[in-house]
Amino acid sequence: MKAFDYIRATSVAEAVAAAARPGAAYLAAGTNLVDLMKGGISRPDTLVDVTRLPGLDRIERGTDGSTRIGALVRNAALAHDPVIAKRYPALAEALLSGASGQLRNAATTAGNVLQRTRCPYFYDTASACNKRDPGAGCAALGGVTRSHAVLGWSEHCIATHPSDFCVPLAALDASVEIAGPGGPRSVPLEAFHRLPGDTPERETVLEPGDLVVAVTLPPEAEAFAGHSRYLKVRERTSYAFAVVSAAVGLRMDGDRIGQARIALGSVALKPWRARAAEDLLAGAAPTPETFAAAAEAALADARPSGDNAYKIELARRIVVRALTLAAAGTPDRVPALPASPFAPNPSAPNPSAPSPLAGAPVHA
Amino acid sequence: MSFPITLTVNGTRRSVVLEDARVTLLDLLRERLDLTGAKKGCDRGQCGACTILLDGVRVNACLALAVSHDGASITTIEGLAVGEALHPVQAAFLEHDGFQCGFCTPGQILSAVGLIQEGQTGGDPERVREGMSGNLCRCGAYAGITEAVLTAHAALTGPDVLPGRQLAEDAA
Repeated sequence: MKAFDYIRATSVAEAVAAAARPGAAYLAAGTNLVDLMKGGISRPDTLVDVTRLPGLDRIERGTDGSTRIGALVRNAALAHDPVIAKRYPALAEALLSGASGQLRNAATTAGNVLQRTRCPYFYDTASACNKRDPGAGCAALGGVTRSHAVLGWSEHCIATHPSDFCVPLAALDASVEIAGPGGPRSVPLEAFHRLPGDTPERETVLEPGDLVVAVTLPPEAEAFAGHSRYLKVRERTSYAFAVVSAAVGLRMDGDRIGQARIALGSVALKPWRARAAEDLLAGAAPTPETFAAAAEAALADARPSGDNAYKIELARRIVVRALTLAAAGTPDRVPALPASPFAPNPSAPNPSAPSPLAGAPVHA
Repeated sequence: MSFPITLTVNGTRRSVVLEDARVTLLDLLRERLDLTGAKKGCDRGQCGACTILLDGVRVNACLALAVSHDGASITTIEGLAVGEALHPVQAAFLEHDGFQCGFCTPGQILSAVGLIQEGQTGGDPERVREGMSGNLCRCGAYAGITEAVLTAHAALTGPDVLPGRQLAEDAA
């Protein structure tokens, strides 16, 4: 690990001023950054420790029904907060499906949003990577690519964004509150992460010194609480990044879907909101045919970036499964295996009764 | 640049001066404070062998920079037993053969103590397995580890909250 200077900031203004200097990086829990520094992938000259900044570790309810999550709220505290679990159950399920108990106790809200890709070529400093070294090329192209992007990628970068948490945040129209040298501003989460284009080294809209201070859910986000799921296919049952994931929420209007929200994870360099699929579901009946059509629409623009065409069909099936589970109702409690397609659906009132999934493959 | 910090480690105040901000809590415990119970397995947050309780919650000591945790309270495996009396989680690991080579065991035990304190499993074996997934065991002692955590959970929280275990016993 390269040596660095350490500054413990005591105010947001002090932090922003220190981090605006070249070579500086913010440190919160360090669960991602320290790992990257040990591997020589991140080489900051100065760490600006923001863990002592006052007032950023709170979850606050606005009078308008919005919820503001402070940047330093730990992932575990957020997932187990009664308000979060009740009003935004897909958020809790996504958080609990990510990382391990130890990491969730440390990792922060802002750190999760800002975590870097797990592309193995990004992690391997002997490989060419346009994120690490702009213009160097992308060693992933033509390499081992089964986990790489199928949406929004470019010839310069085919990495994916690894966060589970960001997927329901995108579906629920969350926004990111930023303090920076130019003053405070708010950016929709959907616009916060950038697609690679020809500048994959620019991962977010943040400018030097910008500090994420909160993530806010708008008042309408809780309308989906009754029919909401996060579903995640992994290569092992727990403590693994998603191969493909989906967050869905349905606001039911009698027997029909009033409004739907769908976002996909690990398919692109940002959480991928599927608006065409949402539009198709609005006003429709929650049938397998409708869900299949929505899944087609969600992946209409997908194309493989290597040996990963399977992810496109997998993503379609995960969308259908997530919609089916959400239509059946949000479980009272996050399942023992959060977001697992192999977990029994605890909301099913009678396991022996025919379900909408009858005849569907068990292993989507 | 040097950084004086003070930690409370297993109930004892320890003051150290860090000459380098790169020191992790794991390296501080092992190399400066002679507490080698927390193990360095992967050193990258993937194996859980370095698990400690930091201000009461389980974390990976290998990913925590010591300089950032000035004033914190830490519990390691060396601080669990009271004299010769083992902590209930330690006793349960012995009772259920929750280890073979023992390298991952301090991390497993601290993780289990943290998991039980978090109060989310209700003694459900599936939730215990999920909750312990951040601790790898290359000897594959997982069956014994799960039994040990369930037994310790019962000892620490009372027998009336073990529906999963009760079902298993009924079936047997």
